[in-house]
Amino acid sequence: MFYTFIFLPLISALFVPLLYKYFNRLVHTGWFVLVVPLTIFIYLLQYIPGVAAGGTYKYTLSWIPSLDMNIVSYVDGLSLLFGLLISGVGALVIVYSIFYMSKIREALHNFYIYLLMFMGAMLGLVFSDHLLVLYGFWELTSVSSFLLISYWYERKSSRQGALKALLITVLGGFGMLAGFIMMIMMADTYSIREMLANLDVLQNHALFIPAMLCVLLGAFTKSAQFPFGIWLPDAMEAPTPVSSYLHSATMVKAGIYLVARMTPIFGGSSVWFWLVAGIGIITLLYGSLTALRQTDLKAMLAYSTISQLGLIMCLLGVGSLAVYFGASDSGTVFGVAGFAALFHLFNHSTFKGSLFMVVGIIDHETGRRDIRYLGGLMQVMPITFTIALVGGLSMAGLPPFNGFLSKEMFFAAVNEVSQAGIFGLSKIGLLFPIIAWVASIFTFVYCMIFIFKTFGGQYRPEKLTRKVHEAPWGMLFSPILLGLLVLFIFFFPNVLGKYILTPALTAMLPMTPMSSYDLKISAWHGLNLELVMTIGVIVVGLLLFKSSKRWVQAMRNYPQGLTLNHWYNKGLSGTERFSTSLTNGYMTGSLRHYLIYTFTFFVIVLISSLLLLYGIRFDFSNDAAISIFDVGLVLGMVIAAGTVLLAGNRIVAIVALGALGYMVAMFFVIFRAPDLALTQMVVETVSTLLFLLCFYHLPKLKKQIERVPFKLTNLIISLAMGLTVTLLALSANGHKLFEPITSFFENSYKLAGAKNIVNAILVDFRGFDTMLEISVLAVAGLGVYILVHQRSKGREQHENE
Amino acid sequence: MIFKTVLVIALCILALAILANLYRIIKGPSSADRVQALDSIGINLIASTAVFSVLLHTHAFFDLILLIGILSFIGTVAFARFIERGVVIERKR
Repeated sequence: MFYTFIFLPLISALFVPLLYKYFNRLVHTGWFVLVVPLTIFIYLLQYIPGVAAGGTYKYTLSWIPSLDMNIVSYVDGLSLLFGLLISGVGALVIVYSIFYMSKIREALHNFYIYLLMFMGAMLGLVFSDHLLVLYGFWELTSVSSFLLISYWYERKSSRQGALKALLITVLGGFGMLAGFIMMIMMADTYSIREMLANLDVLQNHALFIPAMLCVLLGAFTKSAQFPFGIWLPDAMEAPTPVSSYLHSATMVKAGIYLVARMTPIFGGSSVWFWLVAGIGIITLLYGSLTALRQTDLKAMLAYSTISQLGLIMCLLGVGSLAVYFGASDSGTVFGVAGFAALFHLFNHSTFKGSLFMVVGIIDHETGRRDIRYLGGLMQVMPITFTIALVGGLSMAGLPPFNGFLSKEMFFAAVNEVSQAGIFGLSKIGLLFPIIAWVASIFTFVYCMIFIFKTFGGQYRPEKLTRKVHEAPWGMLFSPILLGLLVLFIFFFPNVLGKYILTPALTAMLPMTPMSSYDLKISAWHGLNLELVMTIGVIVVGLLLFKSSKRWVQAMRNYPQGLTLNHWYNKGLSGTERFSTSLTNGYMTGSLRHYLIYTFTFFVIVLISSLLLLYGIRFDFSNDAAISIFDVGLVLGMVIAAGTVLLAGNRIVAIVALGALGYMVAMFFVIFRAPDLALTQMVVETVSTLLFLLCFYHLPKLKKQIERVPFKLTNLIISLAMGLTVTLLALSANGHKLFEPITSFFENSYKLAGAKNIVNAILVDFRGFDTMLEISVLAVAGLGVYILVHQRSKGREQHENE
Repeated sequence: MIFKTVLVIALCILALAILANLYRIIKGPSSADRVQALDSIGINLIASTAVFSVLLHTHAFFDLILLIGILSFIGTVAFARFIERGVVIERKR
């Protein structure tokens, strides 16, 4: 039952093309797709009472039981919060996309398949308890996001954005996989819940820190943390519903989910705190500063997403201190930070989703997304303006919107952390509230720019490409609903807090008792330091906004050479150039070089292994005596071989090679191998003739009859090769481990009825080899025939080309 | 015993002959000299194989003697044709 709903998007994606093919003329395909997230949302709603009461649900779907690979789903507060976000925002985005995506012009079946794929992957991710299954869904979100970003694949920027997103998120994904495998090795289980049960084993293991770093790499790349956030602004080439869904509400929160999920395991250590909170707050500042420089509305929202994700990440880092302090009072205090993280995560999904939709509406109605062309839209698009105002002010952290609450809690958390006095916080802990405050001011300023540069000021219809009017109601429906949610949460935060966020926090910080939080949630009133900070933000922010004309322009002139994107591009092209030059450096196309590599490798490996294993040992005690004939023949062979090398003329070399072969045949005679001698004789003659044939066909023009040119490397390598093989053969000869099996073949007359033992072996004892040798000869013959015969045809074809 | 000594001496003389022929192969001013020397090596090989067979008390190598004879004949003819006409096997049209 549960799996039917979780896999519903993936299953229904299969039917989208059919629906598109037969019904799209009548009904927009999106209406069919809308059913899917709605069903899931309603289905998941029924878990709220049970989960709020502290219950958890576990479902197992057998996949590869013998490898312990089963799709284990685990429903607790955290996964339910994400599940509701994914299906809820998903439904709203689909409603919006029905009016945004044209029924006629767009390839809707592609769009909805990718979207459903993504939704299914995301649901699978948040409900997975099995680490490797989680990784599988993680990669599926990367892939489907790649497909969605490059939805308009005929545009170059879409393809580049998709490529960048894929490269960065998959890099992190691989890191995460490595981290997961380390965790599995440490805990000897795939299940996150079982890891939580024996935390001591993990925390005292040598791989604890490496695993943490790898997992964090995955989380940071996915959630666009500094310095991996650069893919997110480029992903804005996707259709706006995609940006709204993936790149503000769901996918970028997968990293947040991972960090929250791993907090009970890794939290409480200083490395985790400093990485998560430190990177988070740097991202917050970086994102808010960079967002100011953007003129494109979507890019501005992208950087603001990065910055808000940094805020959530920082809060998660602060919240992880609760694991350190445990059930004490300080634990409760920092637990509130974790609560704030989840609260802001939810709030961000609502207001950022609506803001993206607003930008989509503006783009759709005016044809422009650049604030330098926009202005004065307040009069023509009053409803859109209202939604933008609600979303923008919520993002800036003003009352009466939900962003205010979470920002207050954020300030409270960073103030608290500056006084924590552990992990070296007593020295530089004060930086946290300062950076947070400065970043909030910038956030306020870009929110103001976003709202008032777009909707305020002069209306200039001549700069816009379309005749502007208010958006259709269908398009406005989703952002209005999200805007209402923003307001609703401000006035009734405890409904959300009690039923959804508290169980999620329990899942994130299981060791702290839940009852101590209930008071804190409602206590958002009162004159305190946080409120003063917010007033400061508003005052300084307004002053900065008033004077923004002067300094924002200066910020836009920030040198391109110092941006992260510049370094990314440079790194990418540098890597390409480096690998090209490296490959071109050794893949010269010259056979001589490849042979040098082969032989050098051969010599180095064999000699070093012989030396390392003390394999060079000679034992001549069992060797036969050397007769005068052997010496004479060897002498003759050496002379013949030397002649081959030093011959000034090819025909001399060929003849000397023939002589060498004949002397080998004589060797066979001396060592009593008549069959070998016969064969060697014939083969040698034939091959000498073949050499002569080749010699005759050498090209006339560049025919240079000269000595083999002398090269020192060649000499060294050939000497080394000869030495290696000689050493190896001599050592092997001295190491006879057991008796040869010759005695068995000596019975050839009794066993095979043959007096000739060699022939008996060839055709009887080991006839398979002979058969295959025959086929080798057949293949060689055929090959020669084809080469000779088909040559002319090939040439004709070449000429025709 | 004396017989064996004689055989060994004969082998040594044959080996010297082969070495002398090798010198001709290396030095030989023209290709014809070299082919001649190769042919002569073939004959010497026949002889030494025969002596060996006697020395080893076996007639397993008699086939080889015949074969060397045939091959050195064919080889020499082929070389001769090559030197004379430039090709070994002429194409008849």
